[in-house]
Amino acid sequence: MATVTMRVFRGDAGGGSFKDYRVEADEGMVVLDVIHRLQATQANDLACRWNCKAGKCGSCSAEVNGKPRLMCMTRMNLFREGEIISVAPIRAFPIIRDLVTNVAYNYEKAKAIPPLRLKPPEADGTYRMMQEDIDRIQEFHKCIECFLCQDVCHVIRDHEAHKKAFAGPRFFIKLAGLEMHPLDAADRTPFVRREAGIGLCNITKCCTEVCPEHIHITDNGIIPLKERMADSFDPIVRLLRRFRGMRKDGA
Amino acid sequence: MIRQPAGAARPPIAAAHLRTDAWWVLPVTVVIVLGAFVVYSTWAALQNAHYFFAPYLSPFYSPCLSQSCLHLTFGVGLPDVSFPIVGVVSPAFLILWGPGLFRLTCYYYRKAYYRSFWLAPAACAVRDVKRAYTGETRFPLILQNFHRYAWYVAVVFIVLLTWDALLAFRFPNGFGIGVGTVVMWVNVILLAAYTFSCHSCRHVCGGHVDVFSRAPGRYRVWHVLSWLNERHPTYAWLSLFSVGLTDLYIRLVSMGIIRDLRIL
Amino acid sequence: MAGDDYESHEHDVLVIGAGGAGLRAAIEAAAQGVSVGLVCKSLLGKAHTVMAEGGIAAALGNVWPEDNWQVHFRDTMRGGKMLNNWRMAQLHAQEAPERVLELERWGALFDRTKDGRILQRDFGGHRYARLAHVGDRTGLEMIRTLQYHGIHQGIDVYMECKIERLLKDGERVCGAFGYWRETGKFVLFKAKAIVLATGGIGKAWKITSNSWEYTGDGHALALWAGADLIDMEFVQFHPTGMVWPPSVRGILVTEGVRGDGGTLRNKNGERFMFNYIPEFFKGETADNEAEADRWYEDKRNNRRTPDLLPRDEVARAINTEVKAGRGSPHGGAFLDICTRRPADYIRKRLPSMYHQFKELADVDITKEPMEVGPTCHYVMGGVRVDADSAAATVPGLFAAGEVAGGMHGANRLGGNSLSDLLVFGRRAGLSAALYAKNRGGQLTVDQGQVEAVAREVIAPFDRAHGENPYALQAELQETMQTLVGIIRTESELREALGKIERLKARAVRVGVDGNRQYNPGWHTALDLKSLLTVAECCATAALERTESRGGHTRDDHPYTDDQWGKVNVVQRLEGADLRLRREALPEMPAELKALFQERK
Repeated sequence: MATVTMRVFRGDAGGGSFKDYRVEADEGMVVLDVIHRLQATQANDLACRWNCKAGKCGSCSAEVNGKPRLMCMTRMNLFREGEIISVAPIRAFPIIRDLVTNVAYNYEKAKAIPPLRLKPPEADGTYRMMQEDIDRIQEFHKCIECFLCQDVCHVIRDHEAHKKAFAGPRFFIKLAGLEMHPLDAADRTPFVRREAGIGLCNITKCCTEVCPEHIHITDNGIIPLKERMADSFDPIVRLLRRFRGMRKDGA
Repeated sequence: MIRQPAGAARPPIAAAHLRTDAWWVLPVTVVIVLGAFVVYSTWAALQNAHYFFAPYLSPFYSPCLSQSCLHLTFGVGLPDVSFPIVGVVSPAFLILWGPGLFRLTCYYYRKAYYRSFWLAPAACAVRDVKRAYTGETRFPLILQNFHRYAWYVAVVFIVLLTWDALLAFRFPNGFGIGVGTVVMWVNVILLAAYTFSCHSCRHVCGGHVDVFSRAPGRYRVWHVLSWLNERHPTYAWLSLFSVGLTDLYIRLVSMGIIRDLRIL
Repeated sequence: MAGDDYESHEHDVLVIGAGGAGLRAAIEAAAQGVSVGLVCKSLLGKAHTVMAEGGIAAALGNVWPEDNWQVHFRDTMRGGKMLNNWRMAQLHAQEAPERVLELERWGALFDRTKDGRILQRDFGGHRYARLAHVGDRTGLEMIRTLQYHGIHQGIDVYMECKIERLLKDGERVCGAFGYWRETGKFVLFKAKAIVLATGGIGKAWKITSNSWEYTGDGHALALWAGADLIDMEFVQFHPTGMVWPPSVRGILVTEGVRGDGGTLRNKNGERFMFNYIPEFFKGETADNEAEADRWYEDKRNNRRTPDLLPRDEVARAINTEVKAGRGSPHGGAFLDICTRRPADYIRKRLPSMYHQFKELADVDITKEPMEVGPTCHYVMGGVRVDADSAAATVPGLFAAGEVAGGMHGANRLGGNSLSDLLVFGRRAGLSAALYAKNRGGQLTVDQGQVEAVAREVIAPFDRAHGENPYALQAELQETMQTLVGIIRTESELREALGKIERLKARAVRVGVDGNRQYNPGWHTALDLKSLLTVAECCATAALERTESRGGHTRDDHPYTDDQWGKVNVVQRLEGADLRLRREALPEMPAELKALFQERK
């Protein structure tokens, strides 16, 4: 057992500051455990959102020593002895209180995404998908919606004005998952360009860096989407596609 | 409708970032290394000399097409044409735009220089320095989306450099292998690895397919390219070093500062 | 009005809880063209369903064509020690396949068979590989699919909103009253029909796989509104929860580890489950290691490995091994998959288990065995409902998912929960919508009821130096863990009831600091009431049932008693008193009974 110093943000939109707490941390504890101990012993009303405490629900997102992380997956032995550990709310979204922010932005973006438009079934009335068809999308489906990628994305974080026409990394992989879905018949290209604002992303990969599920958001999601956008104005690809389409029709 | 009531303003935290680690090390390193390469390659391109030592040709000066070139890539030389300004200074400038553009628009290098030179952002969860930001939505950055054309060009260069590497076996006294041959082969392999691990390549060669099971050939290609693509940043740096060092090696040999050793 | 105004919303159907059952109910109700409100205590998509790992049990017959609903029904009933509501078990087995295929049409991506159909995995108590799954994160796939399908159906979602009490207009429910967790402000919902889908009660125990949300809200709301609860003594302790480090003790380790070839060993390396095969399952369980290992590949000619006995059996076995001093260093059993399957296979099939152990315990499960022990996981008991309509005994009130009782009898099989959510979520949504359409008369809410609740809710702020809510919660958890755990006896149960009584008295004096804005101390204080209520129900029912069966083991009555096999324990609130009675199980029709004669 060791005593650690936690520097926790306390306050709301009206104002607030970091407050230092000395608290005991046991072996194997994660930051969330220490926060809970604080709540139970020193600060009953310390606001903090959490659910599963196993890295599966994505509720306890915060910024620990300035880095967006899940508190439940940040082990205390990550820090040097005597190091002051700062815990701040995720800063890209409006604060409610202490470590809790209003993430409604993400739910609005989610709702705007055109849903799956199902292709007609096979002749026997069933749908078939091969494992190789879905491997790459299953990676996107691992997303636990912790919104750390949304928080760290500088388009959302530092450029408030762009929020309106920008979906953010979480929803780029959602869109990529739909675009690559073997049963989907819709074309979301115009949506991805305009409403989702993919051009604003400068692929600096912080989303990938912070993803607790280790999803390759940029390489496997955003860049393939950008490439799909490029297809729509690439004459060579269009010619090839037309040729291939003709061949298929002819066969 | 999804309802959640409170919260209008961001957390009142003034600091541009709260990171306690040495986040600035990476961008600073990138600035130094990339900067050094740009300085060296510009200098080397301006020389218009010491780019050939039989049978080695510096990648900065390949292909060697005009008659005045010291080493004709295809055996025949095209008549000298005097290009205005750049071409006159050095033919290297007629060549370097191709691979240069490929690297400039490369998804990986974009990440590297947007972070290190643009500082947008310099590191994760560190505030952007500039207030105005339009990403890649406007000219000229919107042209980054034409990366795949730069890739098409880069593929041509891989063919040319492979040819140069083959010629590097042809010594004046017949077949042979020198240290320079090995250097040129390492370089072309790393450049090929970089070129074929490209995101655009991965997309064009297979990634655009929605139902892989109906395009098994392209699926296999995509699968291999995806494996390479995961290593794209590594190849980007290694090939950057190799291309510069290959030029440097040939240059030093050609200047007589070091001697090329014959292995075979 | 307790110091402030409150906002008010009106819906035909109000669904409380946005996990699998709640979302499925809301989607179905919206499809009937009624106005639907969906209230959740957390953010949308964070409900406990995301924690489900193994899969959705459905007799699709993709891997084993021999599988069909009758086999699934039989497995479910036998797993539940024949105490299940037969009609629910039948509907569940019949409808689960269609519910799974429906998810696929809404975009879910299950792992595939070679011919492009949904792959199914082995799980405890299921005769055939039956669980549609996505690696070991099936619940996540399910909730995302429902969530993203649901948000386009015109459902109004109220996030981080907690319902404190159901409101009644005579006998019928007419609404619900609660508060926004973020602002602490009150909110009133008027509704013609209400679907409870609030999940379970696991937070009443100390070592639990359940999150903070699982405070038995729905069970308590129903009870307070006059509904019946049944089978509250049956609590499932999942045999495999993490045991180390202490701060993650209880976090679930999916049964899929054993389904995919993992085996339990004690500290001597012995596969001890072979010593714990009960008479009831002898006919279908392998009694030697060779046969058990062959079974994974050839189910026709071999019997199932005892590692995959129903959860209650395995949990008790681990408990016994540890007590006998044959446990692992941190007081559990070893769960070994690393010596039995290649590392790549493990990472592909069990990615989140790999991740979880790597990050939380510094254990690489492809190289070392895991240490596991029983953890409180699921309550079989719940609101007594009509099998076909999911209607509770109070008009206008419906319940689905874990909060509803009857479906799983004395013990739930792994994988049957997700299918239960889908099958009965849909049925509850449908019935609630039809009820709302046919319900005559005005929706009138009695101000008196609302104000009484409002006063009670903010009272803890007036007691700045009252009892610490966290401490009370911890004491309750300790009590339930030690006295109403896996193995129970009369004296301990009586002791537990005494303690709960005293805690109830202290809970009335609970006080909190700060203000109403997102105040976790206050939230904990308010959740205490329902937590204490369900704890009392559980302990009372456990005292009543003087036999051992499924998720209820009495040290002082160690055997199954056939007389008890014919009755449910039913609880109801009369005035302030919890009343308890035994009621006969519904009689199973002859053609279903015949299914149990064919093969023992």
